[in-house]
Amino acid sequence: MIAFDNVAYSYGGGELLSDITLRLAPGSFHFLTGPSGAGKSTFLKLCYAELLPTAGRVTIFDREVRSIGRDDVARMRRRIGVVHQDCQFLDHLPLATNVTLPLTVSGRDSPAQDLTDLLGWVGLAHLADALPPSLSGGERQRAAVARAVIMGPDVILADEPTGNLDWELSLRLLTLLVELNRMGKTIVIATHDMNLIRNAKQQVAARVLRIKNRHIQLAGADL
Amino acid sequence: MIRDLLADLTTHDRQADRVVPPTGHTAWLTAFTAGAMTFLAVFALALSLAAGRLADRWSEALARTSTVRISAPPDQAAAQTQAVLDLLATTPGIASARALTDEEQRALLEPWFGPDLPVDALPIPRLVELVEEGEGYDGEGLRQRLSAEAPGAVLDDHTRWRQPLAVAAGRLRLLGLASIVLILATMAAMITLAANASLAANAQVIRVLRLVGARDSYIARAFVRRFTLRALTGAAAGAVAGMLGIAFLPSADAAGGFLTGLAFQGAGWLWPLLLPPLAGVVAFTATRIAALRKLKDLP
Repeated sequence: MIAFDNVAYSYGGGELLSDITLRLAPGSFHFLTGPSGAGKSTFLKLCYAELLPTAGRVTIFDREVRSIGRDDVARMRRRIGVVHQDCQFLDHLPLATNVTLPLTVSGRDSPAQDLTDLLGWVGLAHLADALPPSLSGGERQRAAVARAVIMGPDVILADEPTGNLDWELSLRLLTLLVELNRMGKTIVIATHDMNLIRNAKQQVAARVLRIKNRHIQLAGADL
Repeated sequence: MIRDLLADLTTHDRQADRVVPPTGHTAWLTAFTAGAMTFLAVFALALSLAAGRLADRWSEALARTSTVRISAPPDQAAAQTQAVLDLLATTPGIASARALTDEEQRALLEPWFGPDLPVDALPIPRLVELVEEGEGYDGEGLRQRLSAEAPGAVLDDHTRWRQPLAVAAGRLRLLGLASIVLILATMAAMITLAANASLAANAQVIRVLRLVGARDSYIARAFVRRFTLRALTGAAAGAVAGMLGIAFLPSADAAGGFLTGLAFQGAGWLWPLLLPPLAGVVAFTATRIAALRKLKDLP
């Protein structure tokens, strides 16, 4: 689904990621850990072609990212749902419109009942008409998840999705992502929250990748 | 490009229109710029058309006529005038020739010397007006024959002063057209600046749209459509204002000449109606180029 072959990424003269080779198989569940600034966000951005590797090859849906035109990158991103820590929305549009944005830009309609069901699933049905600036951190995170999954993507990438949430909300969000994984979605969550990872491993066969000294290692079971 | 423009303007996607938040100052700036520039363009167009008419009038009115000026002693004036008329009557390329009467000569001099000029008492040259036909006459040959038959006769074919006037009017027409081009270029530059400002102000919107899979053309269309419609609206208002301004100029009169003859004439009133669509094309092109260039730099 997404493959890295000897990938490196340099920024500002220094190498942030080096010699990374791995495969994210369909239906897999991965956590990505590492200290702040280790390159977790950079890794995720390489996964949806917001960044291009400075060395090596990144292959997304069997296409090497350097060979993909801008329109094809856009089409590819419709198959990848992204949840950022600082979930960005179009602040002038209501939550429901923001959630259906991926459908809008791809020229597809959003059946009203499906949208209601989706917002109900993330617990935001009552906030469909609210503007994003009026939402709390947890509500924004769940709205971002709803927006990320509305196109039925093959892959969901979440960058510190629980960074602004309390433990209860974090578990609720984790449950949503585990449910999606059980539906066959590939999930990658970048986090430094070890408790979250331990909790997830009780629910799903998750692999933990750790970025250390610019390299990615498969973490042991001692987590 | 025209097909793209029409498609962008006629494809009404409410959601696509709404993804870019309304921005008050750039909206007004674009509409005002288009309006002001079109207003100026209407006057430049009027100037150009009037200069064209003037150049044509001068050329046509003077090209087919010439004058023979006879400066002879009073006792020989009549004889030389008759000799000149006889000579002109047998010159190929001349349709007619006639001597101006005293009244006509007095009328010509009246603006400078008043109505009571004693033409008979003054050594004023006699004037003979001739009208060409066909390919016209041989000027050099006629001059030689005149100097032989009537030593005081001088042929003036108006070239000496008609040419600079026609050239000046022609250049004035070009100046008007160049002004329109400059006005449109200025409009394009200002709309590009406004579009760039709008794109920069909406960087987060663009980032979100790219993140959820919007193609560059989709994002660009939201900006292009908005700026094109604003420019069209502003230009339409500017064109109407300009046409009203031209319509209310003082009407042409005998003494007015060029300055009071700026108004469009007949089908000429249709020309300013082309300016709003032209402004729309300029805005569409400027915004589309600015948007696609900006988007290309984003991941």
